[in-house]
Formats: sequence, structure tokens, C-alpha cells
Amino acid sequence: MTTSFSYGAAFKTLTIAGAALGLALGTVAAHAESIKVGMLVTLSGPPGALGGQSRDGFQLALEELGGKMGGQDVEFIVEDDELKPEVALSKANSLIERDSVDFVVGTIFSNMLAAVFKPVTQSETFLISPNAGPSTFAGKNCNPYFFVTSYQNNQNFETLGKYAEAAGIKKAFFLAPNYQAGRDQAEGFRKHFTGEVVEELYTPLGHKDFSAEIAQMAASDAEALFTFMPGGMGVRLVKQFRAAGLADRMKFYSAFTVDETTLPAQQDDAVGFFGATNWAPNLDTPQNKAFVAAFEAKYGYVPGGYAMQGYDTAMLINAAVEAVGGDLSDKDAVRAALKAADFTSLRGDFSFNNNHYPVQDFYLLQVAKRDDGKYQTEIVEKVFDDYADGFAESCPM
Amino acid sequence: MSTTLLLIQLLNGLQLGVLLFLIAAGLTLVFGVMGFINLAHGVQYMVGAYLAVAFYGVTEHFLAAMVLALLAALAIGLALEFLVFRRLYHRDHLDQVLATFGVILFLNQAAKTIFGPTPLILPTPEWLDGSFLLVEGLLYPWYRIAVIVAGLAVAALLYVLVRHTKVGMLVRAGAANPQMVSALGVDIERLFMIVFGFGAMLAGFAGVLAAPIFSVEPGMGDDLLIVAFVVIIIGGIGSIKGAFIAALLVGLVDTLGRTLATDAMKLFFDVSSANQIGPALASMLIYILMAAVLFFRPTGLFPAKGMA
Repeated sequence: MTTSFSYGAAFKTLTIAGAALGLALGTVAAHAESIKVGMLVTLSGPPGALGGQSRDGFQLALEELGGKMGGQDVEFIVEDDELKPEVALSKANSLIERDSVDFVVGTIFSNMLAAVFKPVTQSETFLISPNAGPSTFAGKNCNPYFFVTSYQNNQNFETLGKYAEAAGIKKAFFLAPNYQAGRDQAEGFRKHFTGEVVEELYTPLGHKDFSAEIAQMAASDAEALFTFMPGGMGVRLVKQFRAAGLADRMKFYSAFTVDETTLPAQQDDAVGFFGATNWAPNLDTPQNKAFVAAFEAKYGYVPGGYAMQGYDTAMLINAAVEAVGGDLSDKDAVRAALKAADFTSLRGDFSFNNNHYPVQDFYLLQVAKRDDGKYQTEIVEKVFDDYADGFAESCPM
Repeated sequence: MSTTLLLIQLLNGLQLGVLLFLIAAGLTLVFGVMGFINLAHGVQYMVGAYLAVAFYGVTEHFLAAMVLALLAALAIGLALEFLVFRRLYHRDHLDQVLATFGVILFLNQAAKTIFGPTPLILPTPEWLDGSFLLVEGLLYPWYRIAVIVAGLAVAALLYVLVRHTKVGMLVRAGAANPQMVSALGVDIERLFMIVFGFGAMLAGFAGVLAAPIFSVEPGMGDDLLIVAFVVIIIGGIGSIKGAFIAALLVGLVDTLGRTLATDAMKLFFDVSSANQIGPALASMLIYILMAAVLFFRPTGLFPAKGMA
């Protein structure tokens, strides 16, 4: 049953049929001893590339595990939230009610997480976010049924601020879209950066022509641009920044702007530009090398952080299921097993803080062209070692 | 705001204006001549951009890709007219909105399925891939100048076509009084088809021009469609001249407004409030302009129907 059935009698019939089917499946599932994982990510529209990476990463991990977690078969259900809160909510409900999944893995975007957070956690189903890490659920609203395997959203820009401070940058130009996440990045940047932000500009979401902003950069005396321009906005900004010849005068630092989802379009224009996050495809660990090679062989594109986090999420769930011997009925035991994070993360050091957000390393990255002509981000230096977010203190857990 | 910034913003405003004109020209004729609300017009812009990327992949030549993309955009426009829109002319506006909205969903999803969800790029043609020093420290790409020139050239061509050819005369007559044109024995269906195909091709042309500057992605035409409707309402429905002037006006107001609004707010509020209010106000400006124009001239600046 999907959301498209919403008309009167048809709806009623289907609800009854669905409920009956759900009961039947429920009974069967209990006997078949299979683990059910429901993934709820964005697969529609241009941002669908992010959810696609997450799904592919998770699927690759499942394949390497032989389709089993802790010796039990895994049923993996993928749903698309279409980047609409009401769709996310109804899909989350159907994962819980109809499919009675043991774990919900989602979401990519923080506003989708806000929509599904309550119903999923209230049903006492574990909700594991493979990307969205808003401050909302990191502090006093942290939840025993909620885990994040990515980062707290502000941390990438905190990394940039820390780096800028250490690198002795005195004057920075800040550019972000005019919405909550854009303003959060500015706050994150200022956490460790004590220099001057000479201009703080906000553009509409989906902004097309950055030449006015670029002209203002050229007119300013800032040494470096710090920007958050996810998706297509980042593609346009990078091209136009390069075309205006500013790349020779100003350094380009960013988060979520030059990554493996946008590089296929930015190509040479982005080479040499900086990013900051918790991982890069060239991170030198044996597990990571094997992962990147296997991922590219299977899907034909360079994995980004979204794919890595999808993979790690699968490995985390597997480790927890193994630890409890496949018995998912004791929620406290499952929670303790998840919190132990007894798996080898592709990014090396990884543990959960009291608020179930990760404690991990953060790096400054730089875009490079590989010998095979593809583009990827590469690690320049480690900025933070075992870095925890600043909201965990106010989490009562 | 420095004079440099003003100059750059004028150029950017002009550029946005000509792109808007290319989209609005087809829209205003289709709306004016046929009384047909075509929400799917913006999607033709996306189709043009994707076609150019696809043909560039095959030919590796910008102009060849452009010509092929225009022909294909024309063919797709005509096919849509024949398969879908032709059946909607005599139905009410709600049906037209629903059906053409469906076409948007279909084509956006088709683009995503065929080309993938990630943004694509069309490289700038080599012979335009340079920049000139506009002011100290800031390069302005030649390609953007070329976009303005190409847009103005198409506007001039359209002026000649509409003012000085027989088809143009019929189109003008059709916009002013379609029933009379039909009564005089003109094959109005054929006229509709020509107007429609041509409009689709112009929107596709805008998409091709925009592709090297902006990213090519599913849904890229959706935002512009709304602005294009603002343009044709300000300009007067059915009027090419109105669409041209309104497009430049909207392009300039929108672009200049984005930089001026925040600066203007800084005169009245502290910096952080100005940063909040400025961008919000800037995105409202074109709608305020539309409201103001409609208040004084309810049928737009150059209404085609009023001339009859």
C-alpha cells in the first residue's frame, strides 16, 4: 500500500487488505527470523544523488555480509521521501506499521528527519541517520532510539573555522543560502574563528547567477571565501568563481559544495578547492581502500561521504545484531550494542558520544583529478582528532 | 555599492532579461493567441539544455550541438502539441493547468531517468571561452556578453518576423481577435502549431544558452517559468514588445534588487537584521513590481487585445 491510494472506498478496502496482509507477514516474519531494515532517503530530483549514494553504500555492505546480519537473512526495504515532509512521514509510518521493520535508516536532509523523528522513536524502533545530524536532537532532545552515523551538521564548518584560525586567515568572506542550515554554518564557522568576517552574504535557495556575489568578493579585501552551497548551487558557484578569475586571488573553502556528488559536473573548475568533512575516498586504511575499489567496480562512480556513511550504518547494525545474538526483542540490549559501535568504520576512529552522535576525526580536503581522469576529494590534513559536538553536554542520556 | 558593482549588475540583469525574454516570447504568444495556459513551457527550457548536452556528447562541437538541439526542441514541441496540447485548447483553464503540470512531472522525471539526478555541464565553446578584465581584479566571461548579444539578435529577428511577414501579421491578428481570424478563413490550427513549435524552440534556445553558465539539472526550468509568467503579465499578454521590455525590466529589478536590498536595509537596521530582511525583500521585488504595474495598467504595459 502506498500513499497514492487515498480515495474513499478504495482506501478502506486497501486498508483492510493491507492490515490483513501486514498481520500475515508479521506472523511469517517472526518465524522466519529475518532482520528487517527500512531505509528512508531522498531519491527524487537532483538531491536524489545523495540518497542514491547512501543506498548504494548500504547495499554494498549487505552484499559483503552475504545478505545476512548476525547470521539472519536481511530484508532491505528502500523508500523515497521525495524531499517532502508529508511523504517522509507517511513512508516512515508504513515502514513501522506495515513492514514492522527493526531499524529505520534515514534521512539525508534534516527537515525530513524532523518530520519522521517522533513517530519512529515513539514506536520504539531504532532510527539511525546516515547523514542528517541536526543540533535539534543532539542536545536536550536527544533520544535513546536515535543514532547518527555521520556528524553533527555544524561540525564541518567548525572544522573550517578551526583550520582558518590555525592558518592565520584574518579576513573571510562568507556565502550561504538563506535558510536555517546556511545560518547554522555561519555559527559553526565562528565557533573557532576569531578573525573578521568582512561580508556575510545570503542568497535565495537554488540561486542561479552568482556574478553579483562574485563581484562583491572581488571588491572586498577578504583572503578567502568560506561557502556552503550544496548541490546544483555549488556547481554553478564553482564554475562562475573560476570563470571570474577569482581562484587565483582568493582561496575557496567549503563544506557540502565540492564533493563526489558535484565533482562529476564541476570537474577541472573545482580542482584545488577545499572542503572539510570526516572522510575522503583516499583515506589510507585497508578497509577504506577495499571499499572504494569495490564500490567503483560495482557502481561505476567515485563514492562520497554519503556512500561511506551508508556502508558504515550497515556494518554498525550488523555488529549490534551479532552482539545480541540476533535477539532484537530486548531493546536495551540492542541499544547498548549499537552504542558500543563494535565495527571497523571506514573512517578509522569512530565511537558514539552520550547523545549517540559520533566522536571522530575531521579533515581538510582538497579536490584532485585522479590518474584515471575522475575527480575526488583528498585529505590535506587532520584538523580535529576525536572531535565531539558541542551539544552533547546538554543531553541527559 | 560601487559603480563597478552597478556595471556588473547591469550586465547580469540584461543577461537574465534576454533569457527571460526567450522563454516569455513563446509563452506570451501561446497564451495570447490560443488562450492556452502552458505550464510546461518552462520544461522546454530544460529540454533544450539537456538536448545540447546530449548532442555535444556526440558531436563535440558547440554550434552543431546547438543547431541539433534546436531542431530536436522544435520536434519535441510539435510532438507535445500534436499528442497533448491540441486536445486542451477548447477545455477550461483548470484542465490545461492540470495536464501541462503533468507534462512537467513527466519530462522532469524522464530527464532524471535518462541523464541521472546529478547536475551536468555543457562546456563553453572554445572560441568564447575567455574573459576580459572588466575592472581591476575581476574578469567577465565573453560568453556572457555573447548571451546578451544572441538574445538581442533573436529579439530583433522576432520583431521583423512579427511586424513584417504574413505569418507575423496573422499571429498579431490572432492575439488580438482569434475568432475573427478564424472566420476569415485562416487555418487557425496550423497557425497555433507554428506558434507553438516556434515558442518551444525559443525556450529551448534559452536553455542551450544558459547551459554553459548554469548547471543542467532536472527541474531547472520550473523557477524560471514563474518569473516568465510575471514577465508576460507585466508586458501584456500576447505582446512580443511587451514581453521584451518586461523581461529586461524584471531581469534588472531582480538582479539589482538582490544587491541593493540588503545595502538599503543596512541604512535602517543593524547588519544581522539587514542580512535577514534584505534577501527576503529582494525575492519579493518582482512581484511588487507586477502588483504596481497591474494597479496602474490592469492589462499590462502593452496589451495585445486592447489594441483591437
